[in-house]
Amino acid sequence: MAETGQQHPISIYFWIWGLLFVFSAASYMVDYAGFQGYLRWSLIIIFMMFKAGFIVAIFMHMRWERVALITAILLPPGALLVLVSLMAWESDYTWLTRINYLGGEVAPQPLPPPSH
Amino acid sequence: MAEASSAQRLQLVDDWAADVAVFRGVPWGKAMMWIFLLSDTFIFTSFLTGYMTVRMTTAEPWPNPSEVFALEAFGVPVPLLLIAIMTFILISSSGTMAMAVNMGYRRKRKAAALLMLVTAVFGASFVGMQAFEWTKLIVDEGVRPWGNPMGAAQFGSSFFMITGFHGLHVSAGVVYLIIVAYRVWRGRYEEKGYDIVEITGLYWHFVDLVWVFIFAFFYLW
Repeated sequence: MAETGQQHPISIYFWIWGLLFVFSAASYMVDYAGFQGYLRWSLIIIFMMFKAGFIVAIFMHMRWERVALITAILLPPGALLVLVSLMAWESDYTWLTRINYLGGEVAPQPLPPPSH
Repeated sequence: MAEASSAQRLQLVDDWAADVAVFRGVPWGKAMMWIFLLSDTFIFTSFLTGYMTVRMTTAEPWPNPSEVFALEAFGVPVPLLLIAIMTFILISSSGTMAMAVNMGYRRKRKAAALLMLVTAVFGASFVGMQAFEWTKLIVDEGVRPWGNPMGAAQFGSSFFMITGFHGLHVSAGVVYLIIVAYRVWRGRYEEKGYDIVEITGLYWHFVDLVWVFIFAFFYLW
């Protein structure tokens, strides 16, 4: 039975371990250096994706699994991206409505006069 | 390359169409763990999406995590110091876990059990630091799930819910690791084989994986 398991040279784990340290340090430096705006967000996302990819592909052995298992596990989270996009899309007008009616970061805007 | 991928497509179709167990060569416990982790992915992503939504829609300013989670070291505030240490600890625990899986398949069961215990110790220290962080936030900074002095009230509710649920996973993982390490040490899996170490490892790596996303989206954003 043991021979069917995931056996790989131990050096690859040390490599990934080191790379995860490097990417974590890099994403920490993004905050430490005080980068802002799109530079900050894209660097955070890139480092995050690398770390997540290494963990799933090497530590969790996904790259050596059969395609049937890879697709069954990695495709369904695509639905989550739809959820995230829908919620992000909706947030815009929720925020505007709150600013309009509750006030907050900007001064409240008067409502347009009724059209009838 | 094109040839390899078409062979893989054929294998994919064949695996699903063969009227036998789909995940061939995969122990059922491992397939079940993967499916459980998939469902857990949906739970954690729902929490993170909820956090994204309240953060994008709140009309009040969001507290700056870089300042909220700063820690004094040698008299100067260092941003996110504790969180960085926690991140490195969790990554190291993932490293020792990967070693344990490797040792298990090499049938060095005592080395595997010891590495799992080291992983559990890393995990327990992570939970300890989290308890410290929560205490500091609640007692010193006055953060509550329904409000805080720094800004948007949703900061506390998302923080306690997301990190609390993650901390619960780490704590459960520590217990799980200790139980399996004990059984591995006793030689319980000498006949069955050491898939169990890999399955436990999958859970532990997943906990680390979730932290990667929490670290990026909650602490760094």
